[in-house]
Amino acid sequence: MKLKGAEIIIEALKKEDVEVVFGYPGSAVIPIFHYIFDAPFKFILPRHEQGAVHAADGYARASGKPGVVIATSGPGATNLVTGIATANMDSIPLVIITGQVARAMIGNDAFQEVDVSGVTRPISKHNYLVQNISDLAKTIKEAFHIATTGRPGPVVVDIPVDITNESYEFDYPETVNLRGYKPTYSGHPNQIKKACDIIAKSKRPVVYAGGGVVLANAAAELAEFAKKTNIPITTTLLGIGAFPETEKLSLKMLGMYGTYYANQAIDKADLIIAVGARFDDRVTGKIDSFSSLSKVIHIDIDPSSVSKNIEAEIPIVGNCKNILGEINKIVKAPEISEWLNKLMDLKEKYPFTYKDSDTLIKPQFVVESIYRLTKGDAIICTEVGQNQLWAAQFYEFTKPRTFITSGGFGTMGYGFPAAIGAQLARPDKRVIDIAGDGSIQMNIQELIVASEHKLPVIIAILNNGFLGMVRQWQQMFWEKRYSHTDIGFAPDFVKLADAYHAVGIKITEKKEVEPAITKALSITDRPIILDFHVAREENVFPFVPAGKTVDDTIMGEEE
Amino acid sequence: MTRHVISVQVENKAGVLSRVAGLFSARGYNIDSLTVSHTCQEDISVMTIVVQGDEHITEQVKKQLNKLIDVIKVSDHTNARAIEREFMLVRVSAKPAQRPEIAAIGDVFKASTAEISQKSVTLSVKAEPDKIDDLIELLRPYGIKELMRTGRISMLREGESGTN
Repeated sequence: MKLKGAEIIIEALKKEDVEVVFGYPGSAVIPIFHYIFDAPFKFILPRHEQGAVHAADGYARASGKPGVVIATSGPGATNLVTGIATANMDSIPLVIITGQVARAMIGNDAFQEVDVSGVTRPISKHNYLVQNISDLAKTIKEAFHIATTGRPGPVVVDIPVDITNESYEFDYPETVNLRGYKPTYSGHPNQIKKACDIIAKSKRPVVYAGGGVVLANAAAELAEFAKKTNIPITTTLLGIGAFPETEKLSLKMLGMYGTYYANQAIDKADLIIAVGARFDDRVTGKIDSFSSLSKVIHIDIDPSSVSKNIEAEIPIVGNCKNILGEINKIVKAPEISEWLNKLMDLKEKYPFTYKDSDTLIKPQFVVESIYRLTKGDAIICTEVGQNQLWAAQFYEFTKPRTFITSGGFGTMGYGFPAAIGAQLARPDKRVIDIAGDGSIQMNIQELIVASEHKLPVIIAILNNGFLGMVRQWQQMFWEKRYSHTDIGFAPDFVKLADAYHAVGIKITEKKEVEPAITKALSITDRPIILDFHVAREENVFPFVPAGKTVDDTIMGEEE
Repeated sequence: MTRHVISVQVENKAGVLSRVAGLFSARGYNIDSLTVSHTCQEDISVMTIVVQGDEHITEQVKKQLNKLIDVIKVSDHTNARAIEREFMLVRVSAKPAQRPEIAAIGDVFKASTAEISQKSVTLSVKAEPDKIDDLIELLRPYGIKELMRTGRISMLREGESGTN
């Protein structure tokens, strides 16, 4: 049967079992929206396209399924750009459909025209400009395939409006054949054997696990590996949740704001087993001094990540779930009790810590209180900056897909729309966005979406009246000149919540912190803003300044 | 910095050239030469890219090229035996009396005379890129008025393999 191009898009989404679509109408996508009107999937209308793409990203991270976005041409598409780049840096599967002006108008500076494939080329895994309706179904099939396989990522499909109005036989292909795209899934057996040999002989090994473990659903295999080998595990910011932070062998997060003991472990190690991680500069600090005594086993699905920043002695390209599974079959535990004892001493001596106050609300205390009152069972989203790192440091994560944050791109304004997406993916969980007063104002318009859909997302604003992370750097390295980081002139978040049909609670005293969180957790039919007025000039520690080494770690404020 | 000759088989589709070129330009690399053409299979094109770069970064670029969905095969000819050819048009200032000298130089390189005017001689030559460099040096004293090269194409010799 012949279908309109717009209907073909809807039918293709149905074939892909899409349950939620995030999108915003506009003239180039009116035909598609005509058929979305009675489509069987849930449709979420953000109030800005950036909200749609971050929500789809949060949905994808929480569910493991691809997020789907539809936006119009021109400004609709360019409003997605930050969100596409965010997903691309963190390898999040998204399929993004944008309307384009009619084929005859392309290149004419038509109304709401932009070269979407040109704009998104360096920030997407792949993109398409559909030029013929006969390619439409096949292209959408390929887009889902590319987005969700190999190293996942966002794929953009730009569709001229006249194609959505044409008719063509709908034939959704069962399989995809792309001769230039054949991701490797199983690791090379010789490499796996070599890795196991070197592991068995190691004296000071450490696992460095990244977002790839979460994406590949390999947490069980990682736990099994830890059990078999007794090797301690540190995770990246995106790897948080890949290994329970409550476990003895967990060294928690490493890197610029990571634990002293994780960074010491990496620094002194004779073997790093990198799994689904890419030696980002926020992890390595000064690259020449990074872990100078160690050999590296690097397990990653993306060959271009291997030996990019740090040379790997044993690269193993493939899916880390498969590879860890194979390693677990043959690996022998090394004799490392001395090393472990040393690390456990450090772990006991240098936990994440802060100086609490009787009078002021410390932001870390707020995060700890949220952890306590949610019993560690919430999905935590974050914005970017101090809020993000305090959330990473003071909430203990035990399961993958429960910590949702913009790691690679560091997108302020990500957390709240992502929380909306996460709540749609996991209605059974409490979803909390730990926010700063700066970041939350970047996508606050999405509050009406949470209210409209009765999503009980809690926004916990660690309100210090500053763009806190930049202020911290200004304090420490730029003569305390707080150039344009004081945002103390702020909206009344309680009134703002009220205006958006949400609940707002302002908390100015320490004793109000727990009752406010408890109250928020009792509300299940609308979003809640908790406006915590926290200590203004609190800093994130420990801190390895950019381009420095572990030896330069700043442990805390000088007395 | 060494000169790399990279041969890339790609899908013959719109947008592929900008994806490939983007990998170089995003790193601030200037491409020395780049040629694109059809192959014996009409849905496959081949690009020969000549670029200066240090080993580590070129290695990265090759991996990134392989990562592109539309790239079918990447082969580095830098350290392999390959047949390389390039075509050049060059216009040299020449008074009528100098024409025989210039033609004689051209003969050595099997160049042919494409145009003769009162003020100049234009030669066309197809040769190995190094030979073309040599010819340019020999013609330079006469005064080169205009010069264009197609950029090299490179085909591995029978039985030879490039590196990935």
